[in-house]
Amino acid sequence: MKTTYREAMRAALRDAMTRDERVFLMGEDVGRYGGSFAVSLGLLEEFGPDRIRDTPLSESGFVGAGIGAALGGMRPVVEIMTVNFSLLALDQIINNAATLLHMSGGQFNVPIVIRMTTGAGRQLGAQHSHSLEGWYAHIPGLRILAPATLADARGMLWTALQDPDPVLIFEHGSLYNVAGELDDDAGAVDIDRATLLRHGDAITLITYGGTLPLVLEAAEQLDGEGIDADVIDLRTLRPLDAHTVLDSVARTHRAVVVDEGWRSGSISAEIAARICEQAFFDLDAPVERVCSLEVPVPYAKHLEQAALPSVERVMAAARRAVGAGG
Amino acid sequence: MTTHTTQGIPDADHALHLLRQMLRVRRLEEKCIELYSAAKIRGFLHVYIGEEAVAAGVMEALEREDAVVATYREHGHALLRGVSAGAILAEMYGHAEGCCRGRGGSMHLFDAATRFYGGNAIVAGGLPLAVGLALADRMAGRQRVTVCFFGEGAVAEGEFHESMNLAALWQLPVLFCCENNLYAMGTALGRSESQTDIALKAAGYEMPAWAVDGMDVLAAEEAARRAVDAVRSGGGPHFLELRTYRFRAHSMFDPELYREKAEVAQWMERDPISLLRGTMQAAGQLAEKDWAALQEDVDAEISTAVGFAENGTPEPVSELSRFVYSDRPDDGSPGGQWERDRKGGAAG
Repeated sequence: MKTTYREAMRAALRDAMTRDERVFLMGEDVGRYGGSFAVSLGLLEEFGPDRIRDTPLSESGFVGAGIGAALGGMRPVVEIMTVNFSLLALDQIINNAATLLHMSGGQFNVPIVIRMTTGAGRQLGAQHSHSLEGWYAHIPGLRILAPATLADARGMLWTALQDPDPVLIFEHGSLYNVAGELDDDAGAVDIDRATLLRHGDAITLITYGGTLPLVLEAAEQLDGEGIDADVIDLRTLRPLDAHTVLDSVARTHRAVVVDEGWRSGSISAEIAARICEQAFFDLDAPVERVCSLEVPVPYAKHLEQAALPSVERVMAAARRAVGAGG
Repeated sequence: MTTHTTQGIPDADHALHLLRQMLRVRRLEEKCIELYSAAKIRGFLHVYIGEEAVAAGVMEALEREDAVVATYREHGHALLRGVSAGAILAEMYGHAEGCCRGRGGSMHLFDAATRFYGGNAIVAGGLPLAVGLALADRMAGRQRVTVCFFGEGAVAEGEFHESMNLAALWQLPVLFCCENNLYAMGTALGRSESQTDIALKAAGYEMPAWAVDGMDVLAAEEAARRAVDAVRSGGGPHFLELRTYRFRAHSMFDPELYREKAEVAQWMERDPISLLRGTMQAAGQLAEKDWAALQEDVDAEISTAVGFAENGTPEPVSELSRFVYSDRPDDGSPGGQWERDRKGGAAG
């Protein structure tokens, strides 16, 4: 069937609410407004205000309430409007959700799912354009998902809700309108493995989330230049499926990591480090990285686009890697 | 209300029970200081001496299925909720027999069996959890109450106000118990709040709220019973400001430069244990031999607990990475080391 990323997310929510009465959605403007990105549009009418629960602008309060509700036996899906506002809930996410199981010696697990939009590219300025999923992936105790495809938008939520521990789902704002075909019987997917989306032998392009479409585009264009690329969608940033990355690099001997986060101390740095630690002697060229320039994301379109990863920058990095060494 | 109050004085058995509860906390805390000084336990240590009437009174109003959320000064709350002194001390020893298998320590006591949700060491961080526990009860149609303890320092935090608003907006079954001991570490209430009447702040959220003499265990119990009954019967969140005082330093590292010794001495004249003991003696409810027997009993309990902790076993380092994530039986690797690295080693 023809669908969009937004509709796939909505179908996942509807499915979860229907299958498990402990599941409820809570967040700013998820109900009467229909979700600030229209993901939950229509669900209030279907499930009522108890389970499609509008909250005040109290990120720490309602994220913490979600954690408490999870401790109390519910399966909350908490929507934070964007990753930028999740900074107001860092205390609850990091000091509570990520630590309670450990601090309590295994007595209290926190089965919460927290969804939020991430990323730049829509001229929203620095305070609405952060890509901080790599930051969250630093934290033991959290599981970090970045659905980039329709199948993952449809399938990751249910699996996340079956997880006994806190799961954060990052939905890149540029993906909601992506349209495509999805199997009529599409359902839950695994949230443990990276996926090899395109097979080639010359180089491995590694990315996730909002930069996946541009990396696939770069791979097509590189193919025209005789550079046949593996494309890996990481899908899950923690725990990291380094195995799939390392297997690919063992074949291609070259790697480019593409990440909309800033370069320093980023998830791309972690992936490059894993490759260097565990596949150093497989490499024929230094690992390349394409990240956002280290500036707060600017408003003006030409400045913003210059700051973000692009097809051209990915292709240039791939050419450098292929041209280097032997 | 129950039959415990007769002309302001409870029956002798109940009064003795309250006295015992407060004394158990006092002796446990004194032992903690001793063990800390002997370097048997480490980390931060915050004792509850002087404030015992608050937890002792409030806990009396709770049923087994209710939930408790507390702070980093929570040894007494854990003990009176039903966690054994042995499990508490073993936790501070870092032993496997500790209530959190050595991963929490003094500030993070948890116990699933008694629905004791910590042990939260971020000031005001426990309030949203309490709101959520109450939300779960409300959504599931259960008649349970969640009691949340926090100090007056929490009142300056945003999470306090967010939680007050959410609980009142959604009419959730929470009892907020503010333990106002006048100092947020070393900062006096008047130096941190534009409005120092804390119950008034809660009332601003359309929540029934009143102040209670937190040195008087009978007053604390009566107020808690009234509030818990109202919360349980669907009256929405309630708020108690329990006015109390910490007799000892904030922690073992506090030189107490911020308050006068005379002020401490003045408050110690209203020691909650002495107050109740005096009331009971005046009513002819506490013979000297009963008091001596009570002390002997409590000393024996604490002494047994120390023995239990001393004889415990250190939580094995091989278990270190457990409980970062829930155990996954089909995973094949120990919990927390489940990343798919090529060489199978755990990163970091």
